[in-house]
Amino acid sequence: MGATVISHEDALDGGPGPLGATYGKMMMWFFILSDALTFSGFLAAYGFSRFKFIETWPIADEVFNHFPFMHGVDAPMYYVALMTFILIFSSVTMVLAVDAGHHMKKTKVAFYMFLTIIGGFIFLGSQAWEWKNFIKGEFGAVETRGGSILQFVNASGERVALADFAKVLPEERVQHTRDKGVWFSGESALPSYSVAEVVEGFKANPNILVRTEFIKDKQKVVLTREESLKRLEDVVYVVEGANMYRNEYGSKLFANFFFFITGFHGFHVFSGVLINIIIFFNVLLGTYEKRKSYEMVEKVGLYWHFVDLVWVFVFTFFYLV
Amino acid sequence: MAHTHESNTKRIWYVFGLLSIITIVEVAFGIFKPESLHLTSFLGTSPLNWIFIILTIVKAYYIMWAFMHLEGEKASLRWSVVGPLVFLILYLCFIVLVEGNYVYEVFNTGHMKWIF
Repeated sequence: MGATVISHEDALDGGPGPLGATYGKMMMWFFILSDALTFSGFLAAYGFSRFKFIETWPIADEVFNHFPFMHGVDAPMYYVALMTFILIFSSVTMVLAVDAGHHMKKTKVAFYMFLTIIGGFIFLGSQAWEWKNFIKGEFGAVETRGGSILQFVNASGERVALADFAKVLPEERVQHTRDKGVWFSGESALPSYSVAEVVEGFKANPNILVRTEFIKDKQKVVLTREESLKRLEDVVYVVEGANMYRNEYGSKLFANFFFFITGFHGFHVFSGVLINIIIFFNVLLGTYEKRKSYEMVEKVGLYWHFVDLVWVFVFTFFYLV
Repeated sequence: MAHTHESNTKRIWYVFGLLSIITIVEVAFGIFKPESLHLTSFLGTSPLNWIFIILTIVKAYYIMWAFMHLEGEKASLRWSVVGPLVFLILYLCFIVLVEGNYVYEVFNTGHMKWIF
């Protein structure tokens, strides 16, 4: 057998098979298929928990209503819509890079890849900001012995923060840390107010009411003053922001799913950015120019579009529905 | 490459425009929530939710067909990717959501209180 001169990438893997795509591209498609099923599993699990607690699930508009530089303004959805645009736009620049690759325009490919990477970083930054707000919380709430979250509203139904009414009592509670105990156990950071301070503050402010987790006609049910006072007898925790155990927004699973699904998606975006950077440098080095094919750009492009595709579904099922 | 490549830039920008408009419509619906769509029920959920789900699927179609260029691939590749996805996702949603609803009924009508 004589030496074969390989002039075409297809020749390396036996050429396009019955599906009309090279091995690499076909395998990228099947990887995407399996990854898409993974995400479907997560979103279906979210749906399961939501159906299970359909009457008490938090209302997304009330949770995600922050916008940069607009503190205290109720801006539901705008921020995630912006994030969606960023991701769709970085998808556009990616597909423009693939298109330029088909015409072997190296500088154009590099330029569009660069824009895609920038878009990816902006999205990741936005995601981090969203997480920061979610973890920090805004109003605070209390939890009853039965695991129910109680929030506070004023007479016109607007949310009231704990800091606005809680009384400061002459009590002191020091956070228990590992180095102070008799055994190596500690506790997490204490909330700003104790249960007694919240309850006393509530008693002193007659215009504040308790809002329960229960939804009636798409609105959370607000209790009367008497019911509220009775309900507060059961309170055992003050909850500020969100962690893996409890969150001030309502159902505990809500925060867990938020962290897990948006976190897993964010991890995909992050690895997508890394792969894009590697391919970007390969483009600059002329690797694909020498190979006479920019198919590698097309393959990472598929992955990048997939990340966008997943976000479209996360956007719908976490923020809209 | 089996197929030839003419420049698709025009189509790309067209699809971008379309996806943007769909997103804007979704967000507008999400903010204003017209009562006739939001508070009524149709096939188990509000018509508004159905609108969101349908618009999302339209968006997914354009991303996969135009951006991921499924429209230029062979039908066999298209089917071997989209077929399992559609079937398995529908199947999974059916099983899991029906089960979730059942668990809700059990919690709601049982003698034990779960959240109080």
